[in-house]
Amino acid sequence: MKSTNHKSHKAKRTLKSIFAFKRKYLSIPYFVFLVLFVLIPIVIILVYAFTKVDDHGNLTGSWDSLVTFFSSPAKINVLVVSLFIGLLNTILCLVIGYPIAYLLADKKVNKNYVLVMLFIMPMWINFVLRTGATRDVLNMLGLKGGEHPYVATMIGLVYNYLPFTILPLYTTMIKLDKAQIEACRDLGCNPFRTLIHNILPQSVPGIVSAAEMVFMPTMSSYVISSTLSEGKLTLFGNSIAFAFENNLWNDGSFMATIMLVIILVTMLITNRFHKGENSRGRAF
Amino acid sequence: MSKSTLTLNERRLKRRNIAYKTMGQCFIWLVLILMYIPIMVLIVYSFTKATNIGTWTGFSFGLYSDLFTSKTGHEIMVALGNTVLIAVISAVLSTLLGTCGAIGAFYSKRKAKEVIETTTQIPVVNAEIVMALSLTVMFVFIQSYMLGGSNVFGFWTLLFGHMVLEVPFVYLSVKPKLEQMDPALYEAALDLGCTQGQALRKATLPEIFPGILSGFMLSITLSLDDFIVTAFTRGAGLLSGDKNISTLSTLVQEKIKKGPIPPEMRALTTLIFVVVLLIAIGITIYRNRTVKKVRKGREG
Repeated sequence: MKSTNHKSHKAKRTLKSIFAFKRKYLSIPYFVFLVLFVLIPIVIILVYAFTKVDDHGNLTGSWDSLVTFFSSPAKINVLVVSLFIGLLNTILCLVIGYPIAYLLADKKVNKNYVLVMLFIMPMWINFVLRTGATRDVLNMLGLKGGEHPYVATMIGLVYNYLPFTILPLYTTMIKLDKAQIEACRDLGCNPFRTLIHNILPQSVPGIVSAAEMVFMPTMSSYVISSTLSEGKLTLFGNSIAFAFENNLWNDGSFMATIMLVIILVTMLITNRFHKGENSRGRAF
Repeated sequence: MSKSTLTLNERRLKRRNIAYKTMGQCFIWLVLILMYIPIMVLIVYSFTKATNIGTWTGFSFGLYSDLFTSKTGHEIMVALGNTVLIAVISAVLSTLLGTCGAIGAFYSKRKAKEVIETTTQIPVVNAEIVMALSLTVMFVFIQSYMLGGSNVFGFWTLLFGHMVLEVPFVYLSVKPKLEQMDPALYEAALDLGCTQGQALRKATLPEIFPGILSGFMLSITLSLDDFIVTAFTRGAGLLSGDKNISTLSTLVQEKIKKGPIPPEMRALTTLIFVVVLLIAIGITIYRNRTVKKVRKGREG
């Protein structure tokens, strides 16, 4: 009798200790949310990429989508063009954004945070609206997207992604070790050599996260390319959306899987330089 | 030091510095002006009633009154209302979920923490279109296999879509504040007789509040700016459907597919620009004040 009493008491205590509030339990709803709305959807996409519905309406494993994709020169062409435009946009944004970030962080040129704010502000105005405005202004100036799809799209892309490059670069630039740069100059480096041997290596993390902010979104961009080229230029994002709009779920899922692989590869490359930073959140 | 005592070298250095400064500022302003041209053109032409930008038909505030009276104006105002509503609701929920997630993960064992952190990274690095489509496919899946075909697309799917975009960024904004926090604070609150919940509210929460606030602001901007997730999760008609919730992004996209930006939209752009400008000024003032406070604190 006594022992059962003791047992039930013990059981009650363990129950209580399980259900008692612990701080770590706060993460449960968050994690459940991510599993439900991030992980499971991706798994579904992966399943669709490597299956097809057979004649009896059953889902069976198949390589059909893979074969369809790699046997279509048009689709591969879109992928290659997207990779190229992604790369070109990243380079252009870095070439323009890097000196701007450096100058903004240089106390000799700019002591005011207002200028930095002016570069961030366009990010808070709806990007579809800005894209439309860019197209209308280019039209007004006589640069028609239908006639020069590549030029118009590149202008729109650089215009949209420049603030996203400047912000992470700026945060790296204000942390630059000034003493090192001074030392470099004192030891007889000209400005160019100082840049190559000191400032650039110091700012690699900023460059990497800026590139990350531009490359992937450019490749998979949807609105900018279709608006500015008047539909003449198809990027990978457009073709994924197009496949789904035409109910080609398996093909669309396979292309989305390719996108996921590209993301994974870029992540593996960039993970060496920085760990899980909040590159978007630096505005606040 | 008088001028005559400056050596030639020093004078040359000074001149070079001035040249560097002017050139630097010129470059910054040149890029800024180029960046603002499209917005400024819209703002300038919001004071005339022409259908296309580039033609000036006399100064008027007509577009501003059209914004509140015309049919397109009504559409725009409805879309604006939807946009703001969804942004606020999704940002509040994401901030709650993300903050709890960050606190919970911070106090979890290392393995659990690593799992949560890796999962958080997925939506951050993932392409928006892949995220939007995978969510849509799941919703369609639920619709056809679990709900017998009744439509699930609407406000809730849109809300979940936006929350997926925002939640990881709230987590990432709060996390560093937790790491910077003094762990003894929470323990002290417990020792002074707080329950765990009270200690969290009174000791931890004020410490991490800046992170929560920036996570919230970031959520709002992500939601306001989103097009792809909205276009796909709001309804089955995907990008062409009319009987869907429209936000500013989707409305503008539908309009600019067919022609130039609607004139009433130019008036709204001016208003949005003014609001954004005020917020930017507010943030700059707040920032300058905190910087001064920190300096004062260091001196004292």
